[in-house]
Amino acid sequence: MAEIPTPTTPGPDAPARRPSRWRRLPVVRQLQQSVGLQRGMLVAGLVISAVFLLAALLAPLLAPYGFSQLRSGDRPFGAQQPPSAEHLLGTTVGGYDVLSRVVWGSRTALLVIIVAVAASIVLGVVIGLLSGYFGGWLDRVLVVVADAVYAFPSLLLAIVMAIVISGGQSDMWGGILAAALSITVIFIPQYFRVVRAETLRIKAEPFVESARVIGASHRRIMGRHVLRNATRSLPLIVTLNASEAILTLAGLGFLGFGIEPTEAAEWGYDLNKALSDVTSGIWWTSVFPGVAIVLVVLGLTLVGESLNDLADPRLRTRRAAAGMPEPMAGAPVVPGGALDAGPAGLSGLEPTEGDPR
Amino acid sequence: MTTTTQLPAAAPDEETAPPAGRAKGGGGTFGRYLLVRFALIFPTIFILVTAVFFIMRATGDPITAAQGGRLPADQLAERIHQAGYDRPLLTQYWEYLGGILRGDFGTTLSDNRPVTEVITTFGSATLELAFYALIIAFLVGVPLGRLAAYHRDKTPDAVLRVFGILAYATPVFFAGLLLKLVFSRWLGWLPVAGRASTGTEIDLAGLDGATGIYLIDVIRLGDGAAIADVLEHAVLPAVALGLLTAGVFLRLVRTNVIGTFGAGYIEAARSRGVPERRLLRTHAYRPALIPIITVMGMQIALLLGGAVLTETTFEWKGLGFQLAEYLQARDFVAVQGIVAVLAVIVAVSNFVVDVLAALIDPRVRY
Repeated sequence: MAEIPTPTTPGPDAPARRPSRWRRLPVVRQLQQSVGLQRGMLVAGLVISAVFLLAALLAPLLAPYGFSQLRSGDRPFGAQQPPSAEHLLGTTVGGYDVLSRVVWGSRTALLVIIVAVAASIVLGVVIGLLSGYFGGWLDRVLVVVADAVYAFPSLLLAIVMAIVISGGQSDMWGGILAAALSITVIFIPQYFRVVRAETLRIKAEPFVESARVIGASHRRIMGRHVLRNATRSLPLIVTLNASEAILTLAGLGFLGFGIEPTEAAEWGYDLNKALSDVTSGIWWTSVFPGVAIVLVVLGLTLVGESLNDLADPRLRTRRAAAGMPEPMAGAPVVPGGALDAGPAGLSGLEPTEGDPR
Repeated sequence: MTTTTQLPAAAPDEETAPPAGRAKGGGGTFGRYLLVRFALIFPTIFILVTAVFFIMRATGDPITAAQGGRLPADQLAERIHQAGYDRPLLTQYWEYLGGILRGDFGTTLSDNRPVTEVITTFGSATLELAFYALIIAFLVGVPLGRLAAYHRDKTPDAVLRVFGILAYATPVFFAGLLLKLVFSRWLGWLPVAGRASTGTEIDLAGLDGATGIYLIDVIRLGDGAAIADVLEHAVLPAVALGLLTAGVFLRLVRTNVIGTFGAGYIEAARSRGVPERRLLRTHAYRPALIPIITVMGMQIALLLGGAVLTETTFEWKGLGFQLAEYLQARDFVAVQGIVAVLAVIVAVSNFVVDVLAALIDPRVRY
């Protein structure tokens, strides 16, 4: 996701038994396990993600103009100007500078990803943990609700949420929060499902039982023993969700449920406004924001895919470093989790070997 | 709700065989599975309809949303009163649920049509588009996935995998914009937007008993030029929407062929001297296709979401296009109704797909 560390050249293999803390970080560990094509995909993904992150952080320095700037000095930019020395990527139908809006748009996208993923992780993990740990009728109801939400077209759900939260259009933080929370609703079931499944499995492990025998409280067992073991597959879902968040944000913006252009730059909104330009052959207003979306989603998905492949013994060609601790547990992201080869939705495309024995 | 009482029937298995485990041995007959799975449709629909109702009402009544600011306060209040939106929320909710049970999903505010009529008028266009898109997805995704699996970890595999990810990473509306730019604007091969040219539309309007699915209607007209016209209009939207699903199929077929290729019975066949090509083509390939049926169920949801964007991009006058129009008009009764109907469609099609999967693969039972 956002805080993906830039790949560094791995030092010579330390002879120590236990790898350093840095090398045990989720993405770093996979980077060292990977070889050949898988490594190439992972590195490419990390590089694109890093560029995206930098663009978002340094937007004020990189962008030649502000995202809502219409004139330099007292001279207006003019609408639909082709790329030139003054406007490297041209101007939009509304008279904004395309390059500036593309750069500033990365900041909006990053903020939405952070808020959406953070909110859905917290809520999804807490609900999943409680539901899986205590079971009972509430657990059953929650499973049915999660399946219902999961099965529904996510964009439509996000639209409904966006209507409620912002009534359609709004200022920068309102728009970002609306988009992020709309996306959160879609994501919670995914985290819920994975964490609940893991919790059910871990609950039956002997170490949980011994903790209970010692007299540890539910709270301590959940926080100390279950939670820390149940979150291993989260980095994978986070990267896949981050890319889905961008697509949903762009979709909302394209349908006119995004953020006002004067409040923040948003790629989906710009594409919507570029719709009529295409018919008259004006290509620069649509191609650049679109390419920005594709690149960011591509980068994040490459990272997620690679993590997924490395976690799945059927897909992993071979692991680079011997003596590495076991890979992330592959918990199914599949509704019901009943089919061993029936993944579902975009995030569950690669069926993971989820049968914990 | 009434149906939730049947839920515990499904749950015990889940408790004993968590989380992804199949019921080991026995576990229930097909009839029981069918019944439980059927019973699950209702809570799904109920939950979604309820959620959408309360979420949409959380901010206020639909009339204020549509007319707020444009009408003086007293007129607004009167219209709200006439439509009954000033009554207690629960009363309105029961009325809404009752309406749905009778097949009445409400009446749109902006053009005063029953939602069911909107669905039947525009649904056929969406159905046609989704059908074309699925054909493209199959034709592109399945062979390419097989190819990628065959050349696993070699250059073709790398190229195809990146293509698969690109197909997912490209928003349908951007793909649509690019296709329009290249094939309509620059090359001039295909029409920019719409389902047919004006002449064909007029011809079709004269046809009685029209299905609304243009290809069928046009074939009944028997006019060669009109058939070509309709197909030409369909190419770009179908490709834009189809490529998204093609990427999904590609990745899925690749993963599954590779997965089945490591199975024991493949080893057995190999040791009997079956050539590698044949192993891949018949032994590993066919079982790998079964999961596609399951994924089809999820694709229906994805296609419906994608259809909203594709139809807006290409002015394809279907349900998605209409939904976007209602969204622009802030006609939330229409939005709520259409979303509710889509919930029913998704729930029912997921049921059908699950039953198909269970019929084909007997291991898939609770």
